[in-house]
Amino acid sequence: MTDDAHTEYPPVSFTDRMDTVEFRVGERAHITVDGDSCQGCTTQACVTACPANLFVPRADGGIVFNYEQCFECGTCYMVCNTEGAITWTYPDGGQGVVFRKA
Amino acid sequence: MIDTDFDVIVVGAGPAGSAAALTAARAGARVALLERGPFPGAKNMFGGVVYGRILDSLIPGWYDEMPVQRWITRRSTMMLAGDRSFTVDFRAGEWGRAPYNGATVYRADFDAWLAQHATDAGATLVCDTVVTGLLTESGRVVGVRTDRSEGELRAPMVIACDGVNTFLAKEAGIAGDTSPGNYTLGVKETLSIPRDVLEARFGVRGIDGVDIEVVGSTGDVPGGGFIYTNLDTVAVGVVLRLPELATVQRRPEDILAEFKAHDAVATLVEGGEITEFSAHLIPEGGRDAMGELGCDGMLVAGDAAALCLAAGIWLEGVNFAIGSGAVAGRVAARAARSNTPGTALGEYRGELEANFVLADHTKLRGAPHLILGERMQQRYPEIMCDIAQGMFTVDNPTPKPGLSKIARKALRRHKVRFRDLARDGREIWRSFG
Repeated sequence: MTDDAHTEYPPVSFTDRMDTVEFRVGERAHITVDGDSCQGCTTQACVTACPANLFVPRADGGIVFNYEQCFECGTCYMVCNTEGAITWTYPDGGQGVVFRKA
Repeated sequence: MIDTDFDVIVVGAGPAGSAAALTAARAGARVALLERGPFPGAKNMFGGVVYGRILDSLIPGWYDEMPVQRWITRRSTMMLAGDRSFTVDFRAGEWGRAPYNGATVYRADFDAWLAQHATDAGATLVCDTVVTGLLTESGRVVGVRTDRSEGELRAPMVIACDGVNTFLAKEAGIAGDTSPGNYTLGVKETLSIPRDVLEARFGVRGIDGVDIEVVGSTGDVPGGGFIYTNLDTVAVGVVLRLPELATVQRRPEDILAEFKAHDAVATLVEGGEITEFSAHLIPEGGRDAMGELGCDGMLVAGDAAALCLAAGIWLEGVNFAIGSGAVAGRVAARAARSNTPGTALGEYRGELEANFVLADHTKLRGAPHLILGERMQQRYPEIMCDIAQGMFTVDNPTPKPGLSKIARKALRRHKVRFRDLARDGREIWRSFG
């Protein structure tokens, strides 16, 4: 790869990346994470696998989750290996992600 | 007979659901088409290309009205290894003329267009409505619960087209093998690139377009990459097998960034500004991971039935969704009319076995294992690049080596035994031959 290829790419922050997506945020959290049951989890695969980067490790070993910019893809509950840690539903009708050019 | 306002309830207004609603309504059924998004397509994402042959009988002249980005006239398959790339590129002008072959679309446009055909045929589309569960009576599905007030809806037949996560098939206990190994995560950037620049880079004119599938582009995570041209954007993305994504400790957008940084990709997409980032799961388990296609009172179609062909050189989903949905709608309408929901599943399965939907999946049942296997992902791209480099490097004054010598050396270097090559060759022949 040449250096030119690098300079042609404006670095995009994750915030800017997510700002390209429309989210109609509902009042109800459609996914809930029992952060305490994540404390014993050594893999915490959700943290790196979630394409929206919504799972943030806590200092005490648990996990904090924010539902607002969720793609509703299902990756988190698929890769989770702690029974009951993630409660996953769709957002209420009309809420959540709206793709336009996908 | 259940006393209801509808004969058929279709859950999900994606391609499977709208095709089901369309054929059921045409067969005279009263159809409710329920969509959880604010409009059909809002929740949906793909590469992607729609292959139109399945629409010929469903919507004659579809190509004069479908919201197309570009007609695919070039297909490339690219193998990446380090900073090298080996590409097979095919172009057919015929694909740029009616009746065409495939087209890139935005799902928000395409899904809404197909749903419009369903409503034109008489189906009732209800958006902003989540189906939260099934209504059952003595083991038979008799309707659905929604998140609307007084949101129970009853009908003799339900068609679950609720996508890859299909909570309805799971609730009914008929989903197949839903372990993570049967799914990939697709992440994609839609990059804005001026039309003239795009057409010069991809070597196309007018609204002709290019479809590039890539192997060997996702590091330690089995999967692949893709590049598709839209009118004035380029879709670039990677698909990543979940179990390895879960353990590799690399973020999806970082794997995508590395793919985009390869010279073979960067020269096509650089400078493009992200206009949308998207992500979606893909059911890639193939025939062996599929569950039942329905149960008493319910049929399952599209991604919900894991009908998605991820076979390397063939990456198709929307056509299987439409193909299965269209059959499900016809069968469900017939079963509702004759009050024989119990026979619907057998008829549905029989029709899908007889057409491409299950025939293709059966023929290619070994493909997911082959395509996502370590040799195809890591070693064969290196070997193909070694062979090409050996053939094309002019190494005077050393005399030219023969192809067989180069190939043997490449196989040895990447630790592929003739036995493995023969086994993969047999599987390739069985699947693609």
